[in-house]
This record gives sequence, C-alpha cells and structure tokens, in this order.
Amino acid sequence: MVKTVFSKGKIVAKTGNEVMAEAMRQIAPDVVAAYPITPATEIVQIFSQFVADGKVPTEFVAVESEHSAMSATIAASVAGARAMTGTSSQGLAYMWEMLYIAAGLRLPIVMAEVNRALSAPINIHGDQSDTMGARDAGWIQIYSENSQEAYDNMIQAVRIAEASKLPTMVTTDGFIISHCMEVAEVYPDADVKEFVGEYKPERALLDYKRPFTLGAIDLQDFYFEHRFQLAQAMRDSKKIILDVASDFKKKFGREYSFYEKYQMDDAEVAIVTIGSAAGTTKVVIDELRKKGIKAGLIKIRVYRPFPAEEIAKDLSKVKAFAVLDRADSCSGTFAPVYLDVVAALYANCASAPKSENYVYGLGGREISMEHIEEVYMKLDAIAKGIKKASTQLEYINVRIK
Amino acid sequence: MANLKELSKHAERLTGGHRLCAGCGAGSVARQTLIAAGDTPVVVVSATGCLEVSTSVFPYTSWKTPFFHSAFENSAATCSGVEAAYKSLVKQGKIKDEPIRFIAFGGDGGTYDIGLQSLSGAMERGHRMLYVCYNNEAYMNTGIQRSSATPKGATATTSPVGKVQQGKEQLKKDLTAIIVAHNVPYAAQSIIGNWNDYITKVQKALNTDGPTFINVMTPCRLGWGCKPEDSMEMVRLAVDTCIWPVYEVENGKYKLTLKPRGEKKPVTEFFKLQTRFKHLLKPENAELLASIQADVDAKWDKMLALCGENK
Repeated sequence: MVKTVFSKGKIVAKTGNEVMAEAMRQIAPDVVAAYPITPATEIVQIFSQFVADGKVPTEFVAVESEHSAMSATIAASVAGARAMTGTSSQGLAYMWEMLYIAAGLRLPIVMAEVNRALSAPINIHGDQSDTMGARDAGWIQIYSENSQEAYDNMIQAVRIAEASKLPTMVTTDGFIISHCMEVAEVYPDADVKEFVGEYKPERALLDYKRPFTLGAIDLQDFYFEHRFQLAQAMRDSKKIILDVASDFKKKFGREYSFYEKYQMDDAEVAIVTIGSAAGTTKVVIDELRKKGIKAGLIKIRVYRPFPAEEIAKDLSKVKAFAVLDRADSCSGTFAPVYLDVVAALYANCASAPKSENYVYGLGGREISMEHIEEVYMKLDAIAKGIKKASTQLEYINVRIK
Repeated sequence: MANLKELSKHAERLTGGHRLCAGCGAGSVARQTLIAAGDTPVVVVSATGCLEVSTSVFPYTSWKTPFFHSAFENSAATCSGVEAAYKSLVKQGKIKDEPIRFIAFGGDGGTYDIGLQSLSGAMERGHRMLYVCYNNEAYMNTGIQRSSATPKGATATTSPVGKVQQGKEQLKKDLTAIIVAHNVPYAAQSIIGNWNDYITKVQKALNTDGPTFINVMTPCRLGWGCKPEDSMEMVRLAVDTCIWPVYEVENGKYKLTLKPRGEKKPVTEFFKLQTRFKHLLKPENAELLASIQADVDAKWDKMLALCGENK
C-alpha cells in the first residue's frame, strides 16, 4: 500500500506524460503552443483534451512546427501570458535558435521535454542527447527519475522560471518514464494553484499604454553586458531553486535539491548519473552494500545551473567514481556530465578521486543491473589500487569497441 | 478611400531618426501602416531585416507602440503568440476587453522564403492579424541576395550576371496567390508609392476579423540601383508596366485597385532606370527580355480576367 506524503494528496497510476499533462492542467497556463513529436506527443494531446473540455482557460495554438511552437510561446510570454510548451528530440533541435532567444530575452517559459535520441539514424527511444546539446542555451534544466519527480518538477519549474526570469525545461527519459505507468501522488488543484501563484509580469506587450521595444539589435556596446546578466541570472538561480524546493517541502512534504544523494555518507565508490538509470543504480547499491562494497550514487536533478561546488564537495570524499552519461557529445574526449563534474573537482578541490566516464543507453539501449554492477566492481578495484582508471571514454553495452 | 485630413489628426507612432537609407520604402511602409491604424492600439512584430535593425538599435527605438522582434523566419508565428495571449487574457478577464490590432512585418526573404511555413500556419489557424510583406525583391539587409521574390533576369549577389548567366534564371514566386489559396478573408498587393491605395488596404485589413495579408512592393534604392529621389516613382512604374498588379481579394472576390497611368508601358520603362536590370537591355539579351515581357503580359491578362476587367 502506497501512502501519500501530503495529507490531501491522492495516489494515482500515471505515465510520465500523463503526470506532466496533469501538472499543466493544474498550472493552467494562459497559452500553450505545441507540435506533436514522439514520445512527447501525449503531453500536448492530453492537454488539448483539457482545453476541448473547458477544464483550462488556456489558448492552445496548434502550430505547424516546433520552431513556431517556441516562437509563439516566446511571443505569448512577451505579451504578458504565462506560456508553456512541450517537445522532444528533433523538435527541440528544430527549436534551437529560439531556445537561445527565450533565454536571452529572459522569459519564464516552462517546457516539458521528453528525452529522446537525435537523428541520424532516426530513433524514437530515450537518451539525453537532445537536452544535453541544449545545455548551453541559457535554460534551467531539471531532470526527473520517475513520474513523481516529473510532476513535482513541473510545479516547481513555474516558480523557478518566474523568479529567476529564466526559461526552464523539465525532462523525463523517453518511453522509460514518459510511457511507463507508475504510482505517483498528485495534489489537489487548489493547492497546486496556491503554490504556483499568479503570474505578474513586470511588463507586457499588451499593456499598450506603456509601450516598449523588445528584441532590439544589441551591438558591441551592450551585448556583452546583457549576456553577462543572463549568465549571472543562471548563477543566481541556484538560490531560487533551493528556496522553491524548501517551500515545496513545506507545502507538499517531498524533498528536492540540486541532486539526490543515495548512500553517499560513507561511500567509497560512487556513480554520478541523471534520470531513470538512477533507480536501477539504487537497487545495485543495495545489493553491493550487502557484499560489503560501500557504493553510493549522486543523481543530478538540476544540471543547469550546474551545482559545481556542492558536487565537488560530496565527490571529493570518495576513492573512485564514474559518471554515466546518456549522451555522447562526440567531442573526441569525454561526455558532457563528466566534463562538468571533473571541472568542478579541479576548480574546487586540491586533489580529486580517480574517475571514469561511461556512455550508456543511446537510442534506448537497455542498461541492466549487471552493467552497473560491473562499473562499481571496476571502481572498487580502482579504489583498492588493483586496477587503473581508464583515461578514455568507455561505452556500456555496445557491440563495437 | 483614406482621407489625408483625417489621417493627419493621429499621433505618429514611428518617429523619425531611424537608420533606414534615404529613399528606402520600408520606413514608409511602417509609418503608413501605423497611420492607417489611426488611434487604435496596435502591437507590432517584425522579422529580422532592414526595418527591424534600423528602427531598434539598443537602447533606442523608433516605435511609440509595443514592438517585438525575435528572429527572421517567425514573424507570423510570433504574431500568433501575441494574439493568442490577447485572447486568453481577455477571456479570463485578466486584461480589459478592448480592441488591439496585431501587425506583423517581414521582408520578402522573411516572408516568401524562410518564413513561408510560419506564415502559412498563421493564416490557416485564422489568427486575427495583418501580415505585411514589404517586398523589395531580394535579401537587401544581408547585401542583395536573390530571394524567390526576385524577378527573372534581375542581378543579385547570389544570382549575378556572368559569362554564362544573365541574372536570376527563375521567375518570381506568386506568394499572394498562395495566401489567397488559404481562403483568408482579405489579401492584397499594393505599392508604397501610392499612399491612398496602401492605407485604404491596411484599414480594410485591420477591420477584418481574421488573418489578412498585404504584399506591398517597396523600393530598395541600393538593391535596385536607382536614385533615392526616384524610388517611389519606381514602384509606380511597376504598376504602369503591369510588372506588379495592384489588386485585392476580399472574401474571394478579385478587384484591380490601380491601373497603369495611361497606356500599359513595356517592361523596359521599369528596367532602364535600375542597374539590376541594365544587362537585359543589351542586344545579346533581346531574347531573354522578350521572354520576360511575354511572361508579364500573360500574367497581366490572367489578372485582368480574375478581376473581371476587359483587356
């Protein structure tokens, strides 16, 4: 029997897409502009039904492309509306230009993003190549391990985006979470509405009596300062994210931070990863702990802004760690999360533990408990000085070496 | 018919001092559009292009009305988003229920080419907006590259005259026909060299409850290679030569709103004053010139038929 954390909560069985759509219904944004794409289609499909049934006052714009989806969402936001959208993979790639503009214009847009592999070859299954590619776009990125987190993250994202004036994307792993029926606790509409609050934009295009120009050309004399302000807003958003998490805990009872630590207090070997693989990793940790291996996990929730100091502090205590990336940036060196983690350690610590970087699960390729256990066993051997850490990017469960 | 005395009573919402070239038509398009709106509140969005970069150089702006630009290919989608926000906020009582008109600008590059999908989507969805394509027949902001609005034979930096090519080899796209095929309630072609024709059309469009489109031929003296003081006369010659039919399609009904001043003139009358066409007047290009004239004639006859006019 699953119990609620919030006194007025209700336990439901819902897929990741269903809970994200449910969160959107409760947030009831003024405008949603979206375009279908597997595996995120359901989110806007379910939401369209809410619109058709009059359950939300939202103006739904069924645009002809993701580029227009983001363009219309941006414009609605500038006009003074609370605006949301959703997409995945190729759709996110097609929005690329507009992602940077949403951030540069400091618009508090919230997007539900379902992680899917990028073409070519075309593949509709889950990996994080899409949002990892967008990691420098100036968007806050919040990743979810399961349906519950996806729901809670969507609700928090509205507050985070509006307080930081930064667009925010909340992600789930395609199919693994988006289409997997899970137990989740949802909260009453009134409580979500109260938590999210009313959107009060500082200025709005529709307030024609106070006209302003936005999107002006910004040359050598101002562009740099504006981009600095964007980067600074990203740095400053760390406090906002923690404040919103604290309010969320007070209101609904669930605890969130930049990342979740699992068995890290005395961990000697650790895995750092993002998304649904964390669940599998936790099971492996429980098994290894029975065998006396002090394994731990850091599951990153907030990847942008990157919690560098915090992660460095926690990881510096272990003897060896591995970062499991579900994206390969084809950089000739390592994958994105690993690069951020080792930079954090280098900048913040006098010495760092041994480390390895693995890419796994591209295009929805399975990752099993055995694969994760193998990584831990190697880390254990590295920690004990029996094996050396690999100096190159390693791949899990790929046939070509 | 617009009335100059009436129009003069409204405050100017595009100030002088913008950075458009002398003789440029884009500033006139923006100004006349806003004058046509009278005192009605308008929100303006624009595609990237000359009009946008020249009227909004941070921290300055020429716009005394809300103005927004985000990218090149999305002026229509942007206008859709603003209009959707308006509908939503009015419906929820979050803003007052009073008319605001939504106007999107784009050049021919941003409209005929890269923004065509966005425009088609917005027209199909039926947002109440006026989309104005200020059509100067090439990518002028980036330095005169050919677009699908560039006429056959015109030289542009990506359709230059060389030893084996004589300017652009393809005919221009009939964008207005494409928009008419969306069954919008109002679509028109105009020239910026005739304020009454243009302003009357803008007023009709703004009073139409639905998506509307005006394709206004606008001179670019740099790209066309004409004298700045002659640029408005250039687009009038486009009407006199029937190169640019000026008409409107209101609820499916075609009407010719401007006719050539006097007898229809040969295309060379338009070409000879612009350096982009000068190679066409050479004897060795006589055949090419004749084919262009034949195409203009055929299309003009077709337009007369559509408008129920006699040849």
